[in-house]
Amino acid sequence: MTVELLVFLILSALTLGGGMLVVTTRNLFHAGLYLMISLFGVAGLFVLLTAPFLGVVQVIVYIGAIAILIMLAIMLSPNITNLPNPFTAQWPVGAALAVIFFVMLITVVTPVMNELGADDWVNSDQLTVDTAGDVPADGIATLGEELVDPHKYMLPFEVASVLLMAAMIGAVLLVHPGKQAEDVIEDVA
Amino acid sequence: MVPLWLYLAVAAALFSIGMFGVLTRRNAIAILMSIELMLNAVNINLVAFWRYQENPANLSGQVFAIFVFVVAAAEAAVGLALIISIYRNRQSVIAEDVDVMKW
Repeated sequence: MTVELLVFLILSALTLGGGMLVVTTRNLFHAGLYLMISLFGVAGLFVLLTAPFLGVVQVIVYIGAIAILIMLAIMLSPNITNLPNPFTAQWPVGAALAVIFFVMLITVVTPVMNELGADDWVNSDQLTVDTAGDVPADGIATLGEELVDPHKYMLPFEVASVLLMAAMIGAVLLVHPGKQAEDVIEDVA
Repeated sequence: MVPLWLYLAVAAALFSIGMFGVLTRRNAIAILMSIELMLNAVNINLVAFWRYQENPANLSGQVFAIFVFVVAAAEAAVGLALIISIYRNRQSVIAEDVDVMKW
């Protein structure tokens, strides 16, 4: 077993174990903490895939911003962390659907069916044999230049900034207590 | 190197876990967390396919993953604002309780 495979297995265990605990833990606050573990595992996988910039962005944006935002929302709504029953009544159907979907995906993306001889999997060579080229050393610099290159990704980059602006204004408007909400708060008081 | 299908298998498992959470959790914030898991699974796939192409100097996969980050951040902000707004009006964040738009 190579070191890389060992690191991969540890990071995968962090990701999947954390994810499993996120969806099964009753206490929502703990689920948020497990979400951070899972996201950290994904960041490690990015680094292992030689995309260190994405790994750092994952830690800053996902763990540092989104997960913290979710924790804040959990703490702002106090009596929701411990529901008596965290799952809907249809949870066996949901679980069965998720398992079926997983089996469907796994037979397509892995050579399992090919190994079993159940399926003549045409492109198995391309997925199982590693033909990965070398990553250029200045990949991060190239990434930055391509993002603001008018012939590459400048338009989506600008559209993304407009989207973030719209989302921010929308979020502020949604949580802003309007006149009606102020009346409700006065009634409660 | 680790073969590509291992990354794809991990991403598929993470996506299925997220799907299970979206389908079965009652708490709206838990559903939002499950959606984040699914987005992360997609990101793993994008970056893995970027890495295992013949010419990784083509950075489209990483750029796509960055835009998924942006959309995820916007989605989390608006989603949590909606949940807090609903909580304020109904003192509940259980998705089943919010099955009527206006009453």
